[in-house]
Amino acid sequence: MSLSVRDLTVHYGSFAAVRDVRLDIADGEVLALLGPSGSGKSTLLRAIAGLEPATRGTVNWDGEDLAAVPVHRRGFGLVFQDGQLFGHRDVAANIAFGLRMHRVPRAEHAARVRRLLDLVGLAGYERRRVTELSGGQAQRVALARALAPEPRLLLLDEPLSGLDAGLREQLAIDLAALLRRSKITALLVTHDQEEAFTVADGVAVLDGGEIRQEGAVRRVWQGPADDGVARFLGVTTFVDGVASGGSVRTALGEVALPEVGDGPVRLGLRPHALRLAGSGGAGSGVTGFGVAGEVTAAVHRREHLRLVVALGLPEMSTVDAVAPVTADLRPGDTVRLTLDPDGIAVVG
Amino acid sequence: MTPRAVLTARGTGLALLGVLPLAFLVVFFAWPVVAIVGRGFTAGGVGAVLGDAATWRLAGFTVASAAASTVLAVLAGLPVAYLLARVRLPGVGLVRTLVLVPFVLPTVVVGLAFRTIWPDGGVLSLVLANAFFNVAVVARTVGGLWSQVDTRAAEAARALGASPWRAFRSVTLPALAPAISSAAAVVFLFCATSFGVVLILGGARYRTLETEIYLRTVDLLDLSGAAALSLVQFAAVVAALVVGAIARRRRDGAARVRSGVDGARRPRGGEWWVVAAAVAVVGLLLTPIVSLLVASVSTPDGWSLAGFRALAGTGVRGTLQVTGWEAASNSLRAATDATLLAMTIGVLASVVLVALRRAPGRLARGMGETMDAALMLPLGVSAVTVGFGYLVTLDALPGDLRTSPLLVPLAQALVIIPLVVRMVLPVLRAVDVRLRQAAATLGASPGRVWREIDLPLTLRSLVAAAGFGYVVALGEFGATSFLARPDAPTLPVAIAGLLSRPGELNNQMAYAACALLMVVTVLAVVLIDRFGAVRGRSAVGEF
Repeated sequence: MSLSVRDLTVHYGSFAAVRDVRLDIADGEVLALLGPSGSGKSTLLRAIAGLEPATRGTVNWDGEDLAAVPVHRRGFGLVFQDGQLFGHRDVAANIAFGLRMHRVPRAEHAARVRRLLDLVGLAGYERRRVTELSGGQAQRVALARALAPEPRLLLLDEPLSGLDAGLREQLAIDLAALLRRSKITALLVTHDQEEAFTVADGVAVLDGGEIRQEGAVRRVWQGPADDGVARFLGVTTFVDGVASGGSVRTALGEVALPEVGDGPVRLGLRPHALRLAGSGGAGSGVTGFGVAGEVTAAVHRREHLRLVVALGLPEMSTVDAVAPVTADLRPGDTVRLTLDPDGIAVVG
Repeated sequence: MTPRAVLTARGTGLALLGVLPLAFLVVFFAWPVVAIVGRGFTAGGVGAVLGDAATWRLAGFTVASAAASTVLAVLAGLPVAYLLARVRLPGVGLVRTLVLVPFVLPTVVVGLAFRTIWPDGGVLSLVLANAFFNVAVVARTVGGLWSQVDTRAAEAARALGASPWRAFRSVTLPALAPAISSAAAVVFLFCATSFGVVLILGGARYRTLETEIYLRTVDLLDLSGAAALSLVQFAAVVAALVVGAIARRRRDGAARVRSGVDGARRPRGGEWWVVAAAVAVVGLLLTPIVSLLVASVSTPDGWSLAGFRALAGTGVRGTLQVTGWEAASNSLRAATDATLLAMTIGVLASVVLVALRRAPGRLARGMGETMDAALMLPLGVSAVTVGFGYLVTLDALPGDLRTSPLLVPLAQALVIIPLVVRMVLPVLRAVDVRLRQAAATLGASPGRVWREIDLPLTLRSLVAAAGFGYVVALGEFGATSFLARPDAPTLPVAIAGLLSRPGELNNQMAYAACALLMVVTVLAVVLIDRFGAVRGRSAVGEF
């Protein structure tokens, strides 16, 4: 019960949108396909669904080549970014559509529709018209509809991108729980790292039509393969250092990273890797006295104050950093920053 | 099977579906036309006609007057389309129905009505009369798409600072372009091959290719001259179709159908001017109709229903071989058969065309465009040529088609099929591909997708096309007059017969028959519109 993609290449005219992709999804695994827009991730998903003909390469399910299997016989469910609910049917009829196509006895429809609506948290919505649903509700119905025929693989094409932030976060958590509970094998396409990390077990980073890195979520997050992947995963500053005895010494100070082997190392810093000295953070990992600089910009965020700080160092003129929401800092103020291992990725 | 093999298998299925429309076109259109033109060639003298400057003046006049009528019909049709699609006012439903009436009036009758307004005929009355017929084509075709075009794009333009007129011109108009160019192509063909109107209004001075072909075939028995002119007409029509196809290709996909939204509302501000223009157009359209209705109940001795009573008889000294009522029932039966036939062929053809266009590869697209244009050809070839061709070729087919009651419906279907395709195709094409893909991933086979997604979404335009086709068949005169046996005329043929024989009662009876035709038409359109709306509400939901 697993998907394996080998050397898959998809062309639009002479342009290779997806190039030599190799991908595996094990039974019950949720893999996120993460990449910036235009990276080919949706094309890859559509090729797996059978909606886009491959130039070469194979898509296998349990060793069976799917090249000759048309979309409707692949048994792969698909949720589009904008739902694509059938406007001429109500919620129940949308969900029952796949049941009818798979010749599930009509008597079972109502019960299964009810169970699916319970699952996505929309109990009692059977007779609603889909045009009356909010964006979040529509996506829940789309999910229920895709799950109804019990697909062997669920393909999610940016299912939450059209929703507003708060709702997106909640739905991502719900989706993660639902997929785990029902042990569904799924491929999630997204450009949102948080969504990928919330929902998926593993992640494949796609850029320019090629897979740059694939692995467990935490490993990719903490150890991006190169600067490009690191940048896409939120790293804004790179700094080279030397590790010895579980600690890395850099131009910005010293930081405890017990898992790094001795020798030269390249660190990628996310904004919260540099914190206002004395402001706590993860605390225990902060060592040394940090580095001094001058605030050039300060923006309030929900959980912290986001700073741009000019350091006057030859290799990096400004860095991103964070301070507690309560810190009253303005451009021109002098601050001292210390490294927090929580926001640091080891690149390469 | 490789992916290529899957594509090939899909292609084979498409080809099988495409065979029926193509076979119909070949047997009932291409073959008769080629046969009759071929006879002209074997008779010799085609070259001389083609070299004659008069032939080209004739062609020039045909194209120019048809183009003028087309422009006029589009200009008059757009405000009405707006009214039908975007305005919520009492009486709009009535307009939707009324606007169709001119389109189905027998051409002979309209010719007469316009001659009473401009007794000396002339180019202007000719152009006006042809436009008069076709405003409905523009209003209904464009209105149909307009009511489904997403209003939010225009609203976005307004928010960006565009005036209502600017937003219309730069957002809505391009979205409507496929429907407008479709409608314009159909109208142009109707005008370029218009027969009855030109015959009556043009007189001896203004002749088009169509009337000249008729004259040479029927009066002068000059088959080679007629064949040469048919070729010229054909070439002009093909040229127009190519231009239309190029325009369509460039603008294709501009319109996105958005379901679940009713864009109709009370007009505001300057929009009232458009409504006023639409009302003025409808008023002008109704003038000849009203005068016709008045004529049907007035005699020199005052109001009378004598004409209607006379429908139970056969006219002065048996002008007709059947009663007026029998002619009416002939009309209904022929139109029903023609509509069933045309819907089958036309919808199949539309499905194949859309599938070809969505298929990857240049070959499929090219085939689709060729077939698209080929389906329009029947509109561009003289009904006289087709009618004569039937008489020459249909003997060779099994069954006695020439005397079969199916002969007239076959010819009428040929006239309706292009209309059906033009009305169904844009809506079918505008169905979101991803909606179909969603259905496929849920396990729907390609055929099932058509039934579950495309059919419900296009049901309304299917019903509209059927209704439109039905009333066109009811009013069809050119080919029918040539093919209907004297003992089984349709109503328009009977009307022409009555008018050709002098006699007050015959005139009365003809006017009454016209009135009857109009009433039947209006009833049919009302019923079909209602049916479409009711079915639409339950099955299509938001439509």
